Amino acid sequence: MPPTPTADQTEPDVPARGRGERPLLSVRNLKTSFFADEGTVVAVDGVSFDVHPSQTMGIVGETGCGKSVTARSILRIVEPPGRIVEGEILLDQGGTAVDLVGLPEDGRELQAVRGGDIALVFQEPMASFSPVHTIGNQITEAVRLHSPANKKEALDRAAELLRLVGVPRAKERLDEYPWQLSGGLQQRAMIAMALAGEPRLLIADEPTTALDVTTQAQILDLLRDLQERTGMAIILITHDLGVIAEMADDVVVMYLGRAVEEAPVDALFHAPRHPYTKALLRSIPSIHAAARSRLPIIAGSVPHPYERPRGCPFHPRCTHAIPGTCDESMPEEQSSNGHRVSCHLTSVTVTTAGASAADEAVS
Amino acid sequence: MDTTGSGAAPARGGGQNGERASRVDAGQTPLAQPNGNGVLLDVRRLTKFFPIRRGLLRRTVGHIRAVDDVSFDLRQGETLALVGESGSGKTTTARCIVRAVAPTSGEILLRTDAGKVADVAALPRRALRPLRTQVQMIFQDPRSSLNPRLTVADIVGEPLLVNGLRSREERTERVQELLRLVALPTQYMNRFPHAFSGGQRQRIGIARALALNPGLIVADEPVSALDVSVQAQILNLLLDLQERLGLTYLFVSHDLSVVKHVSDRVAVMYVGQMVELTDTERIFRSPKHPYTSALLAAIPAPDPRARKAREPLPGEVANPAEPPSGCYFHPRCRYATDQCRTERPVWEEIAPGHHVRCHRAAELSLPGAADL
Repeated sequence: MPPTPTADQTEPDVPARGRGERPLLSVRNLKTSFFADEGTVVAVDGVSFDVHPSQTMGIVGETGCGKSVTARSILRIVEPPGRIVEGEILLDQGGTAVDLVGLPEDGRELQAVRGGDIALVFQEPMASFSPVHTIGNQITEAVRLHSPANKKEALDRAAELLRLVGVPRAKERLDEYPWQLSGGLQQRAMIAMALAGEPRLLIADEPTTALDVTTQAQILDLLRDLQERTGMAIILITHDLGVIAEMADDVVVMYLGRAVEEAPVDALFHAPRHPYTKALLRSIPSIHAAARSRLPIIAGSVPHPYERPRGCPFHPRCTHAIPGTCDESMPEEQSSNGHRVSCHLTSVTVTTAGASAADEAVS
Repeated sequence: MDTTGSGAAPARGGGQNGERASRVDAGQTPLAQPNGNGVLLDVRRLTKFFPIRRGLLRRTVGHIRAVDDVSFDLRQGETLALVGESGSGKTTTARCIVRAVAPTSGEILLRTDAGKVADVAALPRRALRPLRTQVQMIFQDPRSSLNPRLTVADIVGEPLLVNGLRSREERTERVQELLRLVALPTQYMNRFPHAFSGGQRQRIGIARALALNPGLIVADEPVSALDVSVQAQILNLLLDLQERLGLTYLFVSHDLSVVKHVSDRVAVMYVGQMVELTDTERIFRSPKHPYTSALLAAIPAPDPRARKAREPLPGEVANPAEPPSGCYFHPRCRYATDQCRTERPVWEEIAPGHHVRCHRAAELSLPGAADL
């Protein structure tokens, strides 16, 4: 699990994570914007990261940080007036990297990727199910879309998938409608449907946010178990740092469309470098806190997407912002040992001494 | 913990009416004692059943036992958290107290500003208005609880107008005062809700709730819809307001971590029943109900080094229309015995100020927050 740095062939914009393995998915400098009448919203602004087989990449951020649009961009399902403006989304297909951004819309290749190589589960299960068809019908349809199975085989496979995700009385459930299931079972059924195409990458967008905490624990357990069995990679998108700590191998922290920090999960929680990450970690309520203890706050709130601040997007809320620097120019990304950070405070110098001096300034 | 301000918020976390038995023997009313033990609200054997109707004639075929024999009290100036998962009845309990719904049975005794005791559960609808000045609610989603066509001045000023503050200047003055109280710039008062962020909208909702100087605020998941970075601001604001105004809070939440930061006491609900109630520190340190302990264990720790091979609590919350036999929690409880399967546990006080509804509460030693 811990990254073992081998021959580091660092490329200028994407650091090698050094897993000795080709990434399954490599997102490079992705930019997605929405062109509304009122103005342009830059939802994703130059995001890069790699996802490796059997690994979980956590993407964490608050409202409007672009985490969901990043997921939708990967599957090319960004709806107008939004579109990918720049960047590459490289999917490894038998040794060659196919750029999903270059594939024709609605072409057969892209359809094979959606639900085939890459599947998506949402926060709201009813968003992926139709209420007027049985669960069996919907999962068999997904199975047959990605395999030559006949009806009978597909139905057996659907029941098998439901069993795999821990739905009790799987065979009977096939004849039920999605709304007849509880929230937790709906979530399981949606994951079963996502698994129909035997994806190599599962993108889970806030998969447990609408669930109770005991059900959430069950679903997270299920995702871990499925990953162990199938070796699929997971991109886990959430606002909940607890879920990230529990699940992720690597983490990207996003703020206003930018990846402000990326690190292996242990480094992110125990040696965070970006002021936003640090502030976020400090502001999580904890069951270990003293009763009625006040939490440190982050001043202000996430700006409206039409009112993006100049320079570093976090500077208006950053207690360490340097006037004339942070409000003027976008910080460059600094990278060392698989830990990337975009902040003027840490980019003063990347020598060890300089970095720790900057850390002191920030903490 | 000790946040007692200018004499406004006594009795915090103390156990002075711990000797009072759980089911409150009829006859003696602690509320009736003038300024006695500082109990502001006393809820006794509250139930709320919703009928399930079927067929053409809408015959009642059963009942959803949303709130099922719940008793607790609220002391002047304290925060009691009502915690539970969906279907636990926490929100229905809160809605009974503000009389958004009429209880099926039970008493909700409120000490009024005049020093009298009113049974909120028994009040006829038309007599509810005086209650509204004393008990106010803050909602989860500030997006849907604020009228998008009204300005902030109108939203916050409306309760004042309804309650007879006719002069426009006086209203404006009071609205400005309220906005300052919740740290919103007063120059924004002529804007509409959509111009504000989620956190600011929640501040508007809080200002509206405070307009009539209520003593009791029922807050239903007030920070659940907010970003983490904003959540802390609102929680701290609620703590500040409590100190300054001597408010009493009933804080409804599904999130035990949030609850730890605001409450003096915590009540855990499961399928319409209260299963445990005691001081915040104690319930986190040594929970006595297996469900409380399981809830604590289910919270993902924000530290990858604390990852554990844990067994998630199996099964799902029981259906409140057909609750299981015996203890409602027994199908999911790893400590369940034959007695738990057949016999309903009673709500009993196992130590001063510590109520539990579990047959095995006295003998079990359950993991608390420190063991996770």
